[in-house]
Amino acid sequence: MSFWKLANPSTFMRISGRLLPPVAVLSALCLLAGLVWGFFLTPDDYRQGSTVRIIYLHVPSAMMAINAWGMMLVASLIWLVRRHHVSALAARAAAPVGLTFTVLALITGALWGQPMWGTWWAWDPRLTSFLILALFYLGYIALWQAVEDPDTAADLTAVLCMVGSVFALLSRYAVNFWKQGLHQGASLSLDAEENVSDVFWQPLLLCIAGFILLFAALVLLRTRTEIRARRLAALRLREARA
Amino acid sequence: MIPDLGKYAGAVLGSYAAAAVLLGALVGLSLWQGARAKRALRDAETRGPRDDG
Repeated sequence: MSFWKLANPSTFMRISGRLLPPVAVLSALCLLAGLVWGFFLTPDDYRQGSTVRIIYLHVPSAMMAINAWGMMLVASLIWLVRRHHVSALAARAAAPVGLTFTVLALITGALWGQPMWGTWWAWDPRLTSFLILALFYLGYIALWQAVEDPDTAADLTAVLCMVGSVFALLSRYAVNFWKQGLHQGASLSLDAEENVSDVFWQPLLLCIAGFILLFAALVLLRTRTEIRARRLAALRLREARA
Repeated sequence: MIPDLGKYAGAVLGSYAAAAVLLGALVGLSLWQGARAKRALRDAETRGPRDDG
């Protein structure tokens, strides 16, 4: 089936209705397995002690905070180029999910940072760019709410999404760009020297898979809600005109 | 059953509590909004166009 067939709301509703339950169940299973494994069955880190257990929440949520914005960017570009309403609604649906992951990354980062760095917060390049990303998420959601005409709202938010992508990229690569600040480099790397130890890496991979699937399930669910809301608004408009 | 988290117990448990609250609220809100939209659309489609005339 062509990807573009999903642009048809009826096709999207049919396919997403089938996909949603298995994706949600898989997400729950991955999260449960990864978190139980990570929390109960892994040892303390020799330097970070028991705080290493925060990695199973902090890294996946930070990763998905950035990737959610990436998904919104792709959906926004599809809207701008091809004017598929489902893509604009999918971008809108993803924003609160991305915001939640961003806030979770900031909170878990602060809770982890306090015992390790001696401070809850520092104006470090990665932390600061993450805070700005959270503000962009808030602005994006507020803009959708503020503009009455849905097509105009989709146009404006798509432009905002492109601007915010700079900060999403900065949040990912800030450590590499500036090479300063408190935050360490990437926890996951193809270079075995840089990567976290296998004992932490395996449950972390499960948690990352769980967060990716959770994001997918929530975006499917919320996009379905947006499509229904749009259809309802159209029906009410027709009723009002009748 | 719970591993000995030592002096970092507050930070670790606080992180897991924050995740449970935030993700739980997001999932709950998404399900509630989804169910509400589904019900409202079904009602509107069942009712059909209103005859105000």
